[in-house]
Amino acid sequence: MTGRGETVSENEMAVHGHGALMEESPYAIPSRKLTMWLFIISDAVTFGAFLFSYGYIRVSTANWVRPFESGSVINVSVMTMVLITSSLTMLGAVDASKAGDKAKAIRFLYSTMALGALFAALHLREWFDLFGRNITLSSGLFGQTFFTITGLHLLHVISGVIALLVVGLKYSSGRLTPGHVESTGLYWHFVDLVWMFVVPLVYLTNIER
Amino acid sequence: MSTEPSRNVIRKYLPVYFVLLGIFFVEVILSFQHLSTGTLVVILLLLAVCSASLGLMYFMHLAEERRALFLSLIPVTIFVLLMMNMIWSDSVRLLHMRPGAQ
Repeated sequence: MTGRGETVSENEMAVHGHGALMEESPYAIPSRKLTMWLFIISDAVTFGAFLFSYGYIRVSTANWVRPFESGSVINVSVMTMVLITSSLTMLGAVDASKAGDKAKAIRFLYSTMALGALFAALHLREWFDLFGRNITLSSGLFGQTFFTITGLHLLHVISGVIALLVVGLKYSSGRLTPGHVESTGLYWHFVDLVWMFVVPLVYLTNIER
Repeated sequence: MSTEPSRNVIRKYLPVYFVLLGIFFVEVILSFQHLSTGTLVVILLLLAVCSASLGLMYFMHLAEERRALFLSLIPVTIFVLLMMNMIWSDSVRLLHMRPGAQ
């Protein structure tokens, strides 16, 4: 008997093994995808902790440093457009892989990777601009919170770019499936989602006036 | 595995893409207005939640999954994030009330 009260025949057991005895997943998604969702949720809580703590410190501290000028806002706007566009190309990669169009999926995957690398380069340019103005990780509460939050996000972007490269190479050689591309896509969209909180809270509330 | 053609997927999600960009540009415009920090943070946070919801439902396809997945993941996450408010306010109090604090 399965958990649903159905009898499993010997033939079903022979074909599906113990899987035939197991209940259907209530989510109707592969375990790989569910695992990625659980990782994303735990990572969201991590970022949430950082952003909440930043928010409290930001609002409760007088004389907070506001280092960003219009040049930085333009830079961060370009970074945001690049990241949102990379989510769109990632959607293309997932869809093409599901449709069995491997060449198109690879093109979209590498486009996403290139946009991710461009985002990381722009991010580093922003950092070096701040270093040039003596704003570092050790220069007070702003430096500590800014570099911790953006550094954690940048680490996720760089990890994502590496993951896209590995998945792209292995998918093109047939060692990975469209399911792997989809899981990587979920992670990439999550990185995009986190940026939607980082930009307004960390950049846009710190514009020089 | 689906065998649907993939040529329209970008076009399908373009409206979401433009709405996300639009929300971002509204955030930029608001940040140049002379609002108090607290008000600005609250408005920007609400707009960020709107952006994230769109990304979650459409880019991450949560809207197309079974409702059980949504109900298992999202309310719990929101609950945990809200519960963090219990400790952060205290940490800020400690930051400002510690010996030698300015």
